[in-house]
Amino acid sequence: MNNTYQDVMNRKNEIMKKSVGLDYDKYELEGIGFDFELMMNDQGYDIEKIKKIQSENMVGNTPLIELKNISRYARKYAKPGYGARIFLKDEAANISGSFKARRAALSVNQAKKLGYKGVIAATSGNYGAAVAALAAKAGLECIIVQECFDSKNISQPEILEKARKCEAYGAEVIQLSVGPELFYSFLKLIEETGYFNASLYSPYGVKGIETLGHEIANDIMDKFGKFPEAVVITNAGGGNLTGTARGLKDAGAIDTKIIGASVNLYGLHMASDIDFNRKSFTTGHTGFGIPFAVFPDRSDVPRSAARPLRYMDRYVMVNQGSVFFMTEALAILEGMERGPAGNTSLAAAFSLAQSMKETDIIVVQETEYTGAGKHLLPQLSFARKNGIELKFGNPIKEIPGENIILPKNGSYIKHQDIDLIELKKSYIKRYKDIDLTSLDYKFLCEELNLTLDKIKDLLK
Amino acid sequence: MIDKGTYVRIRKTVFKPEERSNNLPEETKKVPFKMWIKGYLLEDSDLFDIVTIKTITGRLETGRLKEAKPPYKHSYGDFIPEILTLRDIIKNDLFGDRDE
Repeated sequence: MNNTYQDVMNRKNEIMKKSVGLDYDKYELEGIGFDFELMMNDQGYDIEKIKKIQSENMVGNTPLIELKNISRYARKYAKPGYGARIFLKDEAANISGSFKARRAALSVNQAKKLGYKGVIAATSGNYGAAVAALAAKAGLECIIVQECFDSKNISQPEILEKARKCEAYGAEVIQLSVGPELFYSFLKLIEETGYFNASLYSPYGVKGIETLGHEIANDIMDKFGKFPEAVVITNAGGGNLTGTARGLKDAGAIDTKIIGASVNLYGLHMASDIDFNRKSFTTGHTGFGIPFAVFPDRSDVPRSAARPLRYMDRYVMVNQGSVFFMTEALAILEGMERGPAGNTSLAAAFSLAQSMKETDIIVVQETEYTGAGKHLLPQLSFARKNGIELKFGNPIKEIPGENIILPKNGSYIKHQDIDLIELKKSYIKRYKDIDLTSLDYKFLCEELNLTLDKIKDLLK
Repeated sequence: MIDKGTYVRIRKTVFKPEERSNNLPEETKKVPFKMWIKGYLLEDSDLFDIVTIKTITGRLETGRLKEAKPPYKHSYGDFIPEILTLRDIIKNDLFGDRDE
């Protein structure tokens, strides 16, 4: 068998099909679309079953805490009667220290059920630790493939920590230099081992998060007799947002605003050997959030289950300095020391809460564990070593890759809106010169959460 | 010499620059695509030899021997005075100037 880059890429579909035990052809429709709901609901996992699997694995039912001091802090900058109550879902309490355990619990359960010997996942993030921990618990082998080093063999401290954590759970960690050829190495490893591809983008990888939306809706309803007005969700590949939104809606919270939040890394190229170590966030940023929103099927499965534009009511970004600021505020005002990347949505909520009524509730739906490498100290220290200027000022002026601007006080923490219609335009662009059928239009209306008239308008 | 059976880290080149994917930024295209793997050394070897290792999942991999008994070196980094300033800003914002 030939193993050049192109040879392996040409075998992609065949390799993928074997490694997720799922026939995606079954969900394809005539034309451009596929049956997303059927794909999600056809895997034998309803919400009760997911809850059961997760609770047996020390996943889910995490605390939902009101951040009273941070709410008061945000209110200081709001007009009278404004400044919503900010709640935080402490997902660091899951086995492996992040919400990613919810996704891994289902993927690993499916791998075990189908009789695979091991699981494999491509991730430099918390998902690796989650898959490794749950594979350990299920008695399966585990390989995690990370994009880790630049050409000078330098790695982000955060990624090194995640490698350590995966190894602590007995997984094999394969580390690669910067570049999309990661996918090639990943496919070859799947072929070699015959392991299950625990993709973040499979129906299991996304359905596992529906319980998070359920818990938020039910907890707030039990305590306050209403659903939250808004939930802020850190957005990268889109799975976190898709799963949480589906869970909220399934629990009845159909009017809760779904707000995506990403760290602003505009201008940095994700496949650049130079830019790789000039950023301070390795996930939850616009470099993943935007491309995966406008083209979800760029992922490692034929049809991604993460489709954020279906659910997002609003998409905002915050700068790196503001996230570090809020990470410190969470520690010293609320006694919660958590990892920076997970606090992206907290920084956004601090600003968003100021334009909501003081009786409103805004929920930040995740936190993540912290430790050596994965903490504002080593991350800022690493940035400074790489020539990034660190200063206080107005974070709106931050230039990713050149400086990190820490807000000179809380009033400078401001979200910036990303125009959703522009993203939807980018999504739809590739269908401009195609004769679309009524079935295609129906699919696009669902994909982009727009009326038929609006879709036709965007295609002009 | 490093004894057979020692836990080590190797590095191998997966693609030379000319074999890499098209569609890469210039700075990425001109460097090789490399892989780092850990495992048990199958034969007595010297540093920088081309060696074969057996990984924790039982796979065999071949590459250049870079490090024996690889430690974790990531840490909490250097002292960053700005973090102390952040604390002052946050406390002053919320509780007022405490120096008075």
